[in-house]
Amino acid sequence: MASPRREQRRVGGSERIGLYTLLRLERGGLEAGLPGQFFMLDVPGHIMPRPFSICLAEKDELAFLINPVGPATRVLCELERGQKIGLFGPLGNGFRTDVKRPLLVGGGIGVAPFPYAAQVMGNPPVVLGFRTARQAEAAQLVPKAEVCIEPQLVTELIPGVPMDVLACGPEPMLHAVHALVPDAQLAWEAPMACGFGACYGCVVELDGKSRRLCVEGPVLNGRPPALPLIDDEEEEAEA
Amino acid sequence: MILNASGCLDALTAPRVARSLDIYVAKTITPEPMSGNPQPRLAETDFGLLNSIGLQNPGVESFCAEILPRLEELGMPFWISVGGANAADYARVCERIGERESVSALELNLSCPNVDPAAAGAAEIVAACRAVSDKPLYAKLSPHLPDVAEVATGVIEAGASGLTLVNSLRGLVLDEWTLEPRLGRGVGGYSGAAMRPVALAAVYLCYEATKGAVPIVGVGGVQNGKQALDLIAAGASAVALGSVLFGDLEAPERVRTELEQEALARGFERPGEARGAAHRPSAG
Ligand SMILES: Cc1cc2nc3c(=O)[nH]c(=O)nc-3n(C[C@H](O)[C@H](O)[C@H](O)COP(=O)(O)OP(=O)(O)OC[C@H]3O[C@@H](n4cnc5c(N)ncnc54)[C@H](O)[C@@H]3O)c2cc1C
Ligand SMILES: Cc1cc2nc3c(=O)[nH]c(=O)nc-3n(C[C@H](O)[C@H](O)[C@H](O)COP(=O)(O)O)c2cc1C
Ligand code: FES
Repeated sequence: MASPRREQRRVGGSERIGLYTLLRLERGGLEAGLPGQFFMLDVPGHIMPRPFSICLAEKDELAFLINPVGPATRVLCELERGQKIGLFGPLGNGFRTDVKRPLLVGGGIGVAPFPYAAQVMGNPPVVLGFRTARQAEAAQLVPKAEVCIEPQLVTELIPGVPMDVLACGPEPMLHAVHALVPDAQLAWEAPMACGFGACYGCVVELDGKSRRLCVEGPVLNGRPPALPLIDDEEEEAEA
Repeated sequence: MILNASGCLDALTAPRVARSLDIYVAKTITPEPMSGNPQPRLAETDFGLLNSIGLQNPGVESFCAEILPRLEELGMPFWISVGGANAADYARVCERIGERESVSALELNLSCPNVDPAAAGAAEIVAACRAVSDKPLYAKLSPHLPDVAEVATGVIEAGASGLTLVNSLRGLVLDEWTLEPRLGRGVGGYSGAAMRPVALAAVYLCYEATKGAVPIVGVGGVQNGKQALDLIAAGASAVALGSVLFGDLEAPERVRTELEQEALARGFERPGEARGAAHRPSAG
């Protein structure tokens, strides 16, 4: 697995896609990791870095899709070409992508990891649900996506045949997907201050135990937990 | 000497960062497992970070069985932070962990702002731990104490070998729109830059009260070498890095180098020589 690195990178561009912003950063040798893994992005004027899924990985560029829900995400959406920010990753456990009957299921900003996942997996079927048509513009980032807008729910687009589901979206959606497809790989969210197991801020209840989502997730039912997150230098050299 | 602040680094998920420290301090361990506080546990504020982790830990038995052996494999000196609800709790953990030769010292967390305050007085807890363990005992005190120096001299008399100053301050952040607390538990521990003058004052007063006779680990908002040097001048013999580690894995090496340079620039061959400089009447 790719070893996480902390680097400063220049903003290569920033585009509005409906309500969200696609922030493109120069890649400069950074590993993209697996779909569903995330980076901690430093936010100018803020103390805590914030976690974001890898949305697109091109040869020269890593891109993140950002929903402006609060102060830090608003700053990231306003970054301009040429500004530099720090980023640290790839972190956490991503999706298992070597599945037989893949179906990607996204809700709202939960579409973020799927452009990269679709690329890695050779454009599998995708269903996406959004609250508004403006949000749904983000579906253009994923080829062949079937889209619904509330009141229709994305779980209604999941076919009644067995499929290997990879899902990302708001908590109620993930619970609904889990009820329909118990072995689905689900990407969860929790507030994070470090992203590498140091702060215990991201703890969630998992099988009755409190666990750090940045260590054991964010994708659960996916890859087995991997420790350590920050490898030894020797191991890094091997990776 | 550069340590990490307890609860701000897991040597098992970040062994390389741990090895860049002189001593690794593990997160506080209590007799029984604690699942910690409800989400959300983190909120950013203008000048620092608010957390309510709530001493989440697997309890001393599971710690000794599963975590301690892996810390021993790191091959570096480490301390264990000890918590509890009363003197007997602390003593139980000290006795159990004190058996292990690999543990260089025990830090008694007498000050977590995220659990209900220990019923017993600080000196009573230290005395109970001293009775069951010969290890060096560091008493980690709260910045809330009305007279931190008095408590410091009390814990030293009760058998503490050194002091760790300070734990986080209690703080509250409200949601922008609902005006409800952002943290699940309501109030939390405030750490980061705003802590610097608070930690500095505690170290200064305790160094004065103990006449520099015991080692003091200075903790609170340190982000660079000059800030570490300030703590040393106030009376710290070592400096611990806390929330700075969340965003900067290179902080231990960077702060160590900067500290050496900042000390040299002020005529100190080694940073340790600056210890207590704030207390000396300046020549001239
Ligand atoms: C592993 C992981 C991957 C993530 N990937 C992405 C991603 O690809 N794109 C992305 O936009 N976000 C992503 N997030 C969420 C993102 O990190 C948070 O939205 C961000 O940290 C919020 O910071 P802020 O300061 O702007 O808002 P805060 O000040 O933290 O929050 C402001 C307000 O918005 C609310 N809020 C916070 N987060 C959300 C949310 N997600 N939805 C609705 N309301 C919210 C808060 O409750 C608060 O009231 C991810 C989170 C995790 C854990
Ligand atoms: C997320 C978090 C968890 C902490 N957990 C502990 C703990 O388990 N035991 C303890 O003694 N102090 C704990 N602390 C307090 C720190 O050790 C330190 O005293 C405090 O954060 C001030 O230092 P800083 O400003 O450099 O972060 C914690 C602090 C943070 C931010
Ligand atoms: S984000 Fe710090 S432990 Fe997970």
